[in-house]
Amino acid sequence: MQSVAAKPPSAAAIRWWTIAGLVLLWEAAARLLGDPAFVAPPSLVLRTLPELLGDPKVVAALGTALLEIVTAFILAVIAGAIVGIAIGLTTLGRRTFYPFVLLLFGLPQVVVLPLVILIFGLGPASRIAFGFTHGVLPIMVTTITGMRSVSPLLISSARSQGATQAQMLRHIIFPTMIATVFTGLRLAMSLTLLGVVLAELFVSTNGIGNYTQIFAETFKPGKLYGLILVLAVTAVALNEIVALVEARFSRWKQS
Amino acid sequence: MLAQAKVERRLTALSHLIQLAVIVAAVGAWAFLTSAHAINPLFLPAPLAVLKALVHLVGSRGFWGAVGVTTFTTAVAYAIAASAGIVLGFFIGRSPTLTAAYRPVLAGLFAIPLTLFFPLFVVMFGLGPASKIAFGALYGFFPIVLNTIAGFSGIDRLFLRSAQSQGATRAQTLRHIFLPGAWPVVLAGLRIGFFITFASVLGGETLSSAAGVGYSIAHEGDLLDSPPMFAWIAIVLTVTVLLNLALTVLEKRAVRSS
Repeated sequence: MQSVAAKPPSAAAIRWWTIAGLVLLWEAAARLLGDPAFVAPPSLVLRTLPELLGDPKVVAALGTALLEIVTAFILAVIAGAIVGIAIGLTTLGRRTFYPFVLLLFGLPQVVVLPLVILIFGLGPASRIAFGFTHGVLPIMVTTITGMRSVSPLLISSARSQGATQAQMLRHIIFPTMIATVFTGLRLAMSLTLLGVVLAELFVSTNGIGNYTQIFAETFKPGKLYGLILVLAVTAVALNEIVALVEARFSRWKQS
Repeated sequence: MLAQAKVERRLTALSHLIQLAVIVAAVGAWAFLTSAHAINPLFLPAPLAVLKALVHLVGSRGFWGAVGVTTFTTAVAYAIAASAGIVLGFFIGRSPTLTAAYRPVLAGLFAIPLTLFFPLFVVMFGLGPASKIAFGALYGFFPIVLNTIAGFSGIDRLFLRSAQSQGATRAQTLRHIFLPGAWPVVLAGLRIGFFITFASVLGGETLSSAAGVGYSIAHEGDLLDSPPMFAWIAIVLTVTVLLNLALTVLEKRAVRSS
């Protein structure tokens, strides 16, 4: 017990010293070498933060982005689970459609971003759509691979005892599948974030993209860095929430 | 056993048949919907219009210029990502303490959409290829360093200790223990890193730039000229699929030959 407790602090110490060192290096480099029109030291970013978050329009843009992410993510999980189950339910379905899903999953979706904007317009609809297409594929992939882990023995024994399709879904496939869907959640969240952020930044007439553009063009790096910092912290928080939910459910699966 | 093989073969044949039918139906629906004017041609142009735009595009000088810019940008960004990722991953992955210290930070950063930082790169490096190189290198670095760490930290310590106790030199342990053990995982990281670098360069060009493939797609979108936009999209997606197949084959061969 003691040796286990003695080891992690040293790794954690290395980690935090490195991070502190990098922040100090950034501070020094930005002050001594950086052009204040383009580079902001961390101290300035922190001092600008209250002003940035005191602007109700910036806060509204951040709130809209958060809402877009959550909406896109929920839609992606529901649709991905339903389509994934439909494909993974039979061997034939899996053999036929899983290659298509994997093919789509491997493509750089950013090339269709201008088309998505063209179809869904400059508002939240296009960001939700683009976040959705990013998030739905990992959920489908994990659901399909997870459904293969449903024991065929369970299925054949249930079937031989006269279970209906609905009963099989309810008692065998659904419990297994919910756990496997949850293993894909973290990847889906990180990709949904990517899709929404890409679409937000692409459109410079409103939303986050508008503010990054304004802060860059008016040489306010403190505000630009601050906005990005707030978004990055939001992304970390969302990832952590999903990781917690995932951990809770995988414990439930084991018990 | 034989009957099972027969069922298996039938299943495979049937699934290929359905796949073919799905593709034919999709192209058929595309042709039908566009010729019946059921869909705004801005959102989905007719297949023939896209094909014409494709032929025209490939014959144009601007096409090869854009391809050249994106190829150059991707190559430089990937070279940086791969060398930095492998060197750092090797030094971190060799030491259990450093692995415990840095791996969670790197994995956590990689889960953030790094695209958020792209505006900073534009502010610092401008609209030219330099900002895309920096962005693509940053994004591609993470899967490579994480896989390299995983590869080298996964080496069985027992092998290492027994080799060292038998007087193996540093070079020998590297050649005979570290490399064969880590190689497949590192290679997978290099493959994933390549596609992430490529997608990031395209993404950067789409968001803000003045040249390249991503810029061309966004530009056709701005002009509301969808047949060439679709032609560009088709080309990029086809190239991605072919590169994916090629790299997967290369990777398998490299793993087997080592």
